Amino acid sequence: MKTSNRIGGRRRRTRSALATILMFITAVLLMIPFYFMFLSSLKPGTEMLRNGLSLTYDPGISSFRNYAALNTYRDGIYWHWYKSSLIIMVLQTVIGLAFSSMVGYGLAMYRFKGRNAVFTLVLILMMVPFEILLLPLYQMLIKVHLTDTYFGVVLPYLVPPFMIFFFRQYVLGLPKELLEAARIDGCSDYGVFFRIMVPNMIPAFGAMTILSCMNSWNNLLWPLIVLNTNEKFTIPIGMGTTITPYGNAFDVLMPGAVMAVVPIIIVYLFAQKTFIAGLTSGSVKG
Amino acid sequence: MNDSLKTGGSSKKRSFLTNPKVVPYVFVAPFIIFFLIIYLYPFISTILMSFQRIDGPGNAQFIGTDNYRKLFNRNFTQALATTFRYAFWDVVVLTIIPLIFAVILNSGSVKFPAFFKSLYFIPALTSTIVVGIVFRLAFGSLPTAPANRVLALFGRQPKDWLMFADTGNFVLILLTLWRWMGVNIIYYISGLQAIPVDLYEAARIDGASPVQEFFHISLPGIRPVLIYVITITVLGGFSMFTESVALWAQNNPGGVGRTIVGYMYLMGFYKSNMGMASAVGLVLLGLVLAVNMLQLLAMGFFRKED
Repeated sequence: MKTSNRIGGRRRRTRSALATILMFITAVLLMIPFYFMFLSSLKPGTEMLRNGLSLTYDPGISSFRNYAALNTYRDGIYWHWYKSSLIIMVLQTVIGLAFSSMVGYGLAMYRFKGRNAVFTLVLILMMVPFEILLLPLYQMLIKVHLTDTYFGVVLPYLVPPFMIFFFRQYVLGLPKELLEAARIDGCSDYGVFFRIMVPNMIPAFGAMTILSCMNSWNNLLWPLIVLNTNEKFTIPIGMGTTITPYGNAFDVLMPGAVMAVVPIIIVYLFAQKTFIAGLTSGSVKG
Repeated sequence: MNDSLKTGGSSKKRSFLTNPKVVPYVFVAPFIIFFLIIYLYPFISTILMSFQRIDGPGNAQFIGTDNYRKLFNRNFTQALATTFRYAFWDVVVLTIIPLIFAVILNSGSVKFPAFFKSLYFIPALTSTIVVGIVFRLAFGSLPTAPANRVLALFGRQPKDWLMFADTGNFVLILLTLWRWMGVNIIYYISGLQAIPVDLYEAARIDGASPVQEFFHISLPGIRPVLIYVITITVLGGFSMFTESVALWAQNNPGGVGRTIVGYMYLMGFYKSNMGMASAVGLVLLGLVLAVNMLQLLAMGFFRKED
């Protein structure tokens, strides 16, 4: 009995060590692209053209000079792209969260005629490849003179179905008594939503904020269709323009890539606990 | 419930918007309006356009199914093959690998699981275009490119990774796995944590192995999450575009790596052929819905048990 226990313990410890080592190796592998990116951002573009990526740090040719090149490359256009990306990200996230939290809340809290139809519609739309609607949407933008505007870029993302779904799932987990109690106290339904429910939905808002920022920051196709002024390009479009068949502007590409990644990672590192908790608690149950 | 509200609110000034019968509709109104403008109208107009030839604004004529028949060309079938190959491996890899990691992370045998969870998520924060540049260089054609150096370690000849459909697809899948693994891990863990612990305890008393526990408790327990993950992965796989642009730029001559959405973009914007582009879009929609319906049927989504 005792021996078998000890063997079991040892086996468990071996298993635990193996699992941790596997996780560690994977973590290192996942970080390699960041390492490449940072290392290359310090090297002159000519070196990149000649030798491509290399894992070794070469102090002789490495410096932060390339980062200064971001300010001068095509009159500092990189920071224009940065600004566009930020404006679009904030617009899309703030409006998207406001609307989809309302709708998700409405679907979860109330019974009303047509509720199932609306929810089914949300589910179906989550399965529709949005890309197929971009051409007619673009023609619509032309008609209402919204091409080459930030609002045109965020328009199709103002009430994202997957966020509605997420908020609905999250609100289903909240006690309905909150609503009843507040109503008895004479609070209007909208008052209940803003003053009582929204504070209770903060983890969900946290999770959706990061997801929305991610989607917006990474979005390529639609902004590429809508925007046509160089200064209004987002970072993905702008970075795309520095890659040409005639050679890549590595001097700005790599530091630009690092600068595009750093802020969102910093935000994430600060918010990751709330974020992961929110994502875990609200997501897909049933 | 509505009756209690009527009496409760009667002392207050009651306008149309605070009428309890109207309130729920106010909450869902943004979605309804959004649906009509952003989905329904463009959807109908895509269907119409797919049967039309459009020469400039206001100059469209119906040409029957010509646009669809013209889809049987080499470029489109190539894009179709690229997309299918990618979507297939995307679903296989992104369903299974994160599941294994989630189970291990959730089993309690890993030290610092929260740390690994947060770390694995970081790649998802990056922009595909930006990171794609790194992947493109890592899998460059030079013998000194990192991927080719790894091959050299095993005594293999260097490859021109991005020039061929199968190696190109491998790099695409790697890029997707790198970016998206952490997200699916979190989804799976949320499902695993909802499974009651006593189920595992009972199984352990009965002498079940970890593998048996996985197939008899964990897997059935996370079925809703699994369905969700597969559904969004099918959608993402078939409508992939950005990853392919990241590795091959927008208009690559050989068409290696061009996806259905890439072909649609080519038709709509480079060739200004809105009719063909619309037909491509509808074929894509049909594909995604068909594959997802099959998948949902196979997963027993429509079974009336819960």
